[in-house]
Amino acid sequence: MSQDSIHGHPEVVTTHEVHHDEHHGHHKETFITKYVFSQDHKMIAKQFLITGMVWAVLGGLMSVLFRLQLGYPNETFPWLEDILGRWAKGGRISVENYYSLVTMHGTVLVFFVLTGGLSGTFANFLIPLQIGARDMASPFLNMLSYWFFFGGSIVILASFFVQTGPFSGGWTFYPPLSALGDASPGSKIGADLWIIGMALFVVSSLLGGLNYISTILNMRTKGMSMSRVPLTVWALLFTAVLGVLSFPVLLSGLILLLFDRHAGTSFYLSDIFIAGKALPNEGGSAILFQHLFWFLGHPEVYIIILPAMGLVSEIMAVNCRKPIFGYMAMVGSMFAIAILAFLVWAHHMFVTGLNPFLGSVFVLLTLLIAVPSAIKVFNWLTTMWRGNIRFTPAMMFAVGFVSLFISGGLTGIFLGNSTLDIQLHDTYFVIAHFHIVMGVSAFFGMFAGVYHWFPKMYGRYMNNTLAYIHFWVTLVGAYLIFWPMHYEGLAAMPRRYMDYSAWSSFNQFEGLNQFISTVAIIVFAVQLLFLFNFFYSIFKGRRVTSQNPYGATTLEWTTPIRPGHGNWPGEIPEVHRWAYDYGKDDRSFIPQTEPIGAHESKH
Amino acid sequence: MTEMVSTQRKKIHPHKFAMWLGIGSIIMMFAGLTSAYIVKQSQAEWTTVVIPKIFYYSTAVMLLSSLTMQMALKSFKERNMNQYRLLVSLTALLGFGFIAMQIIGFLQLTSDGFRLEGSGAAAFLYVIFGLHALHVLGGAVALMVMLVRAFSIRIRNYNPVPVEVASTYWHFVDLLWVYLFIFFLWRV
Repeated sequence: MSQDSIHGHPEVVTTHEVHHDEHHGHHKETFITKYVFSQDHKMIAKQFLITGMVWAVLGGLMSVLFRLQLGYPNETFPWLEDILGRWAKGGRISVENYYSLVTMHGTVLVFFVLTGGLSGTFANFLIPLQIGARDMASPFLNMLSYWFFFGGSIVILASFFVQTGPFSGGWTFYPPLSALGDASPGSKIGADLWIIGMALFVVSSLLGGLNYISTILNMRTKGMSMSRVPLTVWALLFTAVLGVLSFPVLLSGLILLLFDRHAGTSFYLSDIFIAGKALPNEGGSAILFQHLFWFLGHPEVYIIILPAMGLVSEIMAVNCRKPIFGYMAMVGSMFAIAILAFLVWAHHMFVTGLNPFLGSVFVLLTLLIAVPSAIKVFNWLTTMWRGNIRFTPAMMFAVGFVSLFISGGLTGIFLGNSTLDIQLHDTYFVIAHFHIVMGVSAFFGMFAGVYHWFPKMYGRYMNNTLAYIHFWVTLVGAYLIFWPMHYEGLAAMPRRYMDYSAWSSFNQFEGLNQFISTVAIIVFAVQLLFLFNFFYSIFKGRRVTSQNPYGATTLEWTTPIRPGHGNWPGEIPEVHRWAYDYGKDDRSFIPQTEPIGAHESKH
Repeated sequence: MTEMVSTQRKKIHPHKFAMWLGIGSIIMMFAGLTSAYIVKQSQAEWTTVVIPKIFYYSTAVMLLSSLTMQMALKSFKERNMNQYRLLVSLTALLGFGFIAMQIIGFLQLTSDGFRLEGSGAAAFLYVIFGLHALHVLGGAVALMVMLVRAFSIRIRNYNPVPVEVASTYWHFVDLLWVYLFIFFLWRV
């Protein structure tokens, strides 16, 4: 434990026995227990973050490779063969590998970056620090959660190096492509590795989720009622609840799929011909898998976006020097989103032959999500309204998040209509919608969180100039990449195809596709700048010299600049007020630990 | 030290709470499987299954084991350690007996011609009952670990939380079995 940088309360830095029943901090820490098999939530958070970054680079690189094909379908790039070998014979990505790339791009980004990397990082880092706990309810399960995530990562990564390649039937893993080894090269061992990797991932997120929920509900410090916790904690609570209830359903779907693959059952298979040969499977239903998948899959998109919403709410309040507008409305709308998340899954299946009446029910429920989403957007805008805004990089990304969430959310209203979906489903319109509303905006929430809490994580600041370049290029680039895709989608250009030259009607988009690909490459390069900034700043960044550099109210800024395992060297502070007393009674901020004064006005 | 503990709100022990949440997620998993059964049943080529008598006996064994588990918890709280060890071993034995009976039931089904291959009720039965048996197995192994710890001379532990967590789980897999069995009797 580093206790050299403690400010403020010298009287508590004595030999008090302040540790609760775990007795951590008494052991001598070795490299292995401190950096590898660590049970400290802060170290586990960093492990999730850096693993997520590795995955984000790999997943982003995959998109660069297939965008190269989409933008320049007639060109060959001999250097691709030098790097990728048999994946790009003659300088062009082969057909199977193109499909593997789009499939694994989706899997990696959705699960391993924006679920594991995002909520894994910030739930671990912020929950104990912001509620005033020394660690998670079970630090050991928390460590296991990371190592299951790591194991799943290794298995998924291994599938790139098998002879037949990784799975290639789309990240949604629909049978029969995923159920029959003969369906495609990627459906062989690659699909098995996908299932194993995802099963490990599910175990990881269940262990994590159980921990997050029981920590939030049981281990808050004295005075920290649920109506006083920062919105990040609420968001992470709803995220964990969604994960705990929806991932098991995906697991049961995958178990049935495993039996179809290897034990001769026909849960999902019926009337199938491969290469002119009829298969014996009868009576299965491929739609059944879609129901089980999307019962997870829809809550999954909220698992991705809710943590980002929480981070943005907190960062906005700190940097606008104003209380968050409508705290209870924020909590209520997140609750509504969490409930509705389980009631809208069939809007992914409007064109699968779903009963049109049932479809109309799902349209109604889907469009209802616009209500809590709009409440949240208005609350963010009114928080900024007449605020004394500090445009730190974190705040810039938070504002960018709101912009992207609005732009992407509006196209969700189009897609939520089952009639419009007949035209729009499986087109670039869908790609544009979900990349903006959940992909890029969740990334913006994550970047905001990293820039904002980096000083707490490493005791140093990141470089602001690089951060502003990163922000502007990413924001402008994200719009330039995905905005034109709406037009392509409205013109019915289907997703997932490798080469559109067979359709003369899509020739008009040749220049547009080149443009999108070029911007995508630039934006990818700028993310490397962010990584450089991150790793450089860990070692060489400007040192944090004050305990509470932002003037924030929440508890994580009452810990030492580099908190050890156990977070507070003395007693855990007691909480007397909510997390958003900014700009009150002519004071810039009042920390949560300060008792309510005699003449204080009510908020 | 005492003051520290009092600042942590502990209405319910976090481990117990985490167990309840875990139970929630297991429920979701089996809810997914049984609702898949219902969806699938309404489709073409559905085949049904005759449930062997032995599953009634295994139900009785499972219910009995829940009773012994409850008595074990009671004797642990009364610090009647000899009785506790006896009852926990009995519970674990009944658990393994249950799994053996499930396997016998599977063998009977196979010899009656209800094979895993295909898409009817039999395939669901094998998968769902098999997954349930795995959950019982996990519980029985946990009980064995607790038993070994209860015989240990070095560690004297009177903390009831692990026993309570184990008994909660054990009653849960018991109830889960009752649900699954009634579900199959009702839907087949």
